[in-house]
Amino acid sequence: MTRLQNWVPAAVLFIGGLGVWEGIVRAFSIKGFILPAPSAIALAFTEEWSALRVAGFSTFATAIAGLAVGATLAVLAALAAARWTPVREGAMPLAIAANSTPIIVLAPIANSWFGLRSAWGTVLVVAVLVFFPIMINLVKGLLSAETSQLELLDSYAATDRSVLWKLRLPGALPYLFSALKVAAALSLIGAIVKEYFGGSQERLGQYITSKAGLFQFEEAWAAIVLASAFGILVYLTISIIERMAIPWHVSIRNV
Amino acid sequence: MTNAVKFSNVSMTFNEGKENQVHALSDIDLAIEPGEFVSLIGPSGCGKSTLLRLVGDLAVGTGGQVEVNGKPAHQARIDRDYGMVFQSATLLDWRKVLANVTLPLEIMGKGSAEREERGRAMLDLVQLSGFEDHYPWQLSGGMQQRVAIARALAFEPSLLLMDEPFGALDEMTRERMQSELLSIWHATETTVIFVTHSIPEAVFLSTKVIVMSPRPGRIVDVIDIDLGQPRTPDTREEPRFYELLTVVRESLRRVEH
Ligand SMILES: Nc1ncnc2c1ncn2[C@@H]1O[C@H](COP(=O)(O)OP(=O)(O)O)[C@@H](O)[C@H]1O
Ligand SMILES: [Mg+2]
Repeated sequence: MTRLQNWVPAAVLFIGGLGVWEGIVRAFSIKGFILPAPSAIALAFTEEWSALRVAGFSTFATAIAGLAVGATLAVLAALAAARWTPVREGAMPLAIAANSTPIIVLAPIANSWFGLRSAWGTVLVVAVLVFFPIMINLVKGLLSAETSQLELLDSYAATDRSVLWKLRLPGALPYLFSALKVAAALSLIGAIVKEYFGGSQERLGQYITSKAGLFQFEEAWAAIVLASAFGILVYLTISIIERMAIPWHVSIRNV
Repeated sequence: MTNAVKFSNVSMTFNEGKENQVHALSDIDLAIEPGEFVSLIGPSGCGKSTLLRLVGDLAVGTGGQVEVNGKPAHQARIDRDYGMVFQSATLLDWRKVLANVTLPLEIMGKGSAEREERGRAMLDLVQLSGFEDHYPWQLSGGMQQRVAIARALAFEPSLLLMDEPFGALDEMTRERMQSELLSIWHATETTVIFVTHSIPEAVFLSTKVIVMSPRPGRIVDVIDIDLGQPRTPDTREEPRFYELLTVVRESLRRVEH
């Protein structure tokens, strides 16, 4: 019951926002290529559904594949960096530097490596894009164990492996999940922007650029709506897993 | 009989030879018999925690030898001869109460049936039955500290090291916890080394009170507490209790100057 009530303000704001948008577009007769009305976008969405579905799912699958590859590698790299100080001292400054560069500029280069029509170029770009924030946050989490907790485990003569599994990893999970939520959004952005640089029509990025090129902005907007829906879907999925994995954490026990 | 703990001419200097060198402990000679309840008292910064950490091999002295149960402290830690209770409960947030208590058993590779049985028995001992499935944040400070004590006792160490475990508790809770600790001590026959800065607490609990001087910490007095056993709340009303308070207080006053 309370759950439902929590959604009411957001729903009201959302529907109200759409109403205002619709009203403004009609009142000022704003042209479709500047800003189509929500009703026009909805119509385009239903008419274009079969094309959107194919392009959407293909892009979505690519983004998720990139996220999975990038996250897996990031977890392994973070474990290595937390375990071996020289690895950490060597890798962390580079990771932080890389994380501040616009990695998406790799997109055209990935195309030249894998060919325009291959999804692997996109998987690569997304994987690289999500790798750094996940790795950096996880390392931070793995190193966040308190001295007193480490001493406690020392007093049991615990092995390094025990310290990792019983203390460092559980303590790092909140860091991992907040990084994953950021990375989820990043993976969709990365996949779509990468597809702007060419490739199959049956992908969301190409769909949007070609429709915009043809002044079919309602269709382009419909694709953007679909991309947002996917983004929200991934975010919610990660949030639900988080809720089950770390029910003890402050961020969760209070809500 | 082997001493539970034996210090021979132990000293401890942090950051030796550096600018921020701290001479924390000096000329510590000390022998503790099995089954004793020994309190360490002294001005803050005199090295009480350091002394306890030397027993636990969580720090290594810069001179002398520390033996636990007749072995070097390092070997005693590997053999899991002691349980430590820190000033803060140091519970793991992600583990429920029972899982926190059984943590050492898990690390020591005990089977799950044994862990569960021991864990429940220990929670019963500290009067926390019924809280097995609570998270630490759902407990009061005193209850958290009891969980920490149950955890330290779970693997039946022969030695219990406690660093101001009741420091953060209010007076009422504190006195109740002291009585509880004594009944656990009677039931388990462990040796206890207990750091405190409260004179009544030291006198009420201990068979011996060790008074330390300010930095570098030295042992200046070992006061036998000849109150009868078991101690009860009435012990606090006895004339001898007051006399011993005075003895400890005067010893402390002498070292402060
Ligand atoms: N790891 C450390 N590095 C440097 N100095 C320390 C360290 N631990 C303790 N000290 C110093 O040693 C002295 C004794 O500390 P401690 O044993 O904690 O005292 P107490 O527990 O009696 O208050 C203090 O001056 C403290 O600053
Ligand atoms: Mg201390």
